[in-house]
Amino acid sequence: MKVEQISVFLENKPGSLEHATRVMRDASINIRTLSLAETVDFGILRLIVNDVEKANKVLKDAGFRVSKTVVVAVEVPDKPGGLHSIMEVLSKESINVEYLYAFVEKSGQNAVIIFRFDAPEKAIEVLMKNKFTVVPGAQLYEF
Amino acid sequence: MIYNEEFETLPREALRALQVKRLQQVLERVYHSVGFYKKSLDTAKIKPHEIKSIADMSKLPFITRQDLQNNYPFGLFAVPMSNIVRLHASSGTRGRSTVFGYTKRDIDTWSELMARSLAAAGLTKNDIIHNAFEYGLFTGGLGFHYGAEKIGASVIPMSGGNSKRQIMILQDFGPTAICCTPSYALHLAEEGKALGIDMKSLKLRVGIFGAEPWSKAISAEIEKTFGITALDLFGLSEVIGPGMAMECLEGRNGMHIYEDHFIVETINPQTGEVLPEGEEGELVFTTLTKEAFPLVRYRSGDVSRLIIEPCRCGRTHIKMERVLKRSDDMLIVRGINIFPSQIEAILTAIEGLEPQYQLIVDRAGALDSLELHVEVSDKIFSNSGGVKELQKIEKRILKDMKDYLGIAPNLRLVEPSTLKKTDAKIIDKRRI
Repeated sequence: MKVEQISVFLENKPGSLEHATRVMRDASINIRTLSLAETVDFGILRLIVNDVEKANKVLKDAGFRVSKTVVVAVEVPDKPGGLHSIMEVLSKESINVEYLYAFVEKSGQNAVIIFRFDAPEKAIEVLMKNKFTVVPGAQLYEF
Repeated sequence: MIYNEEFETLPREALRALQVKRLQQVLERVYHSVGFYKKSLDTAKIKPHEIKSIADMSKLPFITRQDLQNNYPFGLFAVPMSNIVRLHASSGTRGRSTVFGYTKRDIDTWSELMARSLAAAGLTKNDIIHNAFEYGLFTGGLGFHYGAEKIGASVIPMSGGNSKRQIMILQDFGPTAICCTPSYALHLAEEGKALGIDMKSLKLRVGIFGAEPWSKAISAEIEKTFGITALDLFGLSEVIGPGMAMECLEGRNGMHIYEDHFIVETINPQTGEVLPEGEEGELVFTTLTKEAFPLVRYRSGDVSRLIIEPCRCGRTHIKMERVLKRSDDMLIVRGINIFPSQIEAILTAIEGLEPQYQLIVDRAGALDSLELHVEVSDKIFSNSGGVKELQKIEKRILKDMKDYLGIAPNLRLVEPSTLKKTDAKIIDKRRI
């Protein structure tokens, strides 16, 4: 039920992000969703893509530092309280969220929230027990 | 003013004779008490008694900074620890640092040489000396301190940093002399200006500066800003510390090397061949009176030129020009000596990091600025990929740079492609 996210190290300088997106375009990698974490001197681009292995390889070949991280995707109805319903459960079970980002599905009915947990296994167990829809990687990568 | 008239004005022939006599004593002593010298002289097939003149010295092998590091911490000491009263050390991690020991007599010698230097700047017991050289393992602070006490001056043991407090004390205590690195003097002037203080209104009359390369232009700027005479002092911690050579007030052209305590040679750094006095080359020092940590033909890495013309001050000791060049890759930043190998050692000691880096030195205002670019290694990033982990590594790098080298660079983690653009590990943009 886990999802693999690609993380790319980027310096904070003009052209850094452009270089990464160019490499992915040239390799026909489709980005499903992304977020960019930034600090004073560097950033980390986090991506969910259609082809994890290929994205990993082409970015590495282009000289980027890349890593694969396990994240968890949860589907909730796109309406007020959607995210809160998840947070309530996680809080009750003392599960810590390192970061999250989200996107709305094509149908417009549901939102998908990408979570990075310290302990993904436990989080998945808790979420499923509470009847949340945990989206498997394969489903997320494909259209 | 000459502190030790007898020795500082000794006729050159008598000085030469004294040097040869002391040299022979040093050679006998190190040969029998320091394993390193016995081995190096035996390898060169020379016995101490075969050295009968200064010219014979070229037969003796050199000792290098690498040898000093190889014998870390006490391998080159010529006396037992019970006779050592003080230890100083250079920056650097284990194996990249060097340690210097002093006997009671060594401290007396050093104090006398610093007393001579302060007297050469016209200082007496009637002066108040603001000593802003760092106190600690670095030889600067204590070296000046002991010399200042020896001439009976009132010394303010200020050490480095806390610029605003330094300025307050400069105003309130009214010191007549200041000792620090030239760049720190300019930094104080900038801070003073920001506080609306005219540095010329202070009671300062003279400044003694050293521990880093500084040009005549910087000297002129300090003199103008403070309304003082800015004098140059030379010293190497390995050899004894500050007070090996000092510019005199009367001559204002080069620093007298205290030749009754040191022999100086100039060599071609590539071939090791001794150059005629007056030609530019690497300075090589031999200590003549040190007990705990004697050095025979120590290659300083400092490039300069000796001035043989007599000086109007009356001192007979040879002079050296200010040091502006190095024969190796050593960098001097804010008075701290740094070798690229030390930076490499720190980076490789951090799990997962590779010694892929670039150090960019520039001068922002008066002070040196340091920017350190370190490549994010594949190992580190593929294991984590997180912001927190990278920030932890940044903290570790900064802490180790501060702890081991005493520097606080602006650190940037960079992509591999950034460093590949140039091979240079060190980029020095300063114009000194």
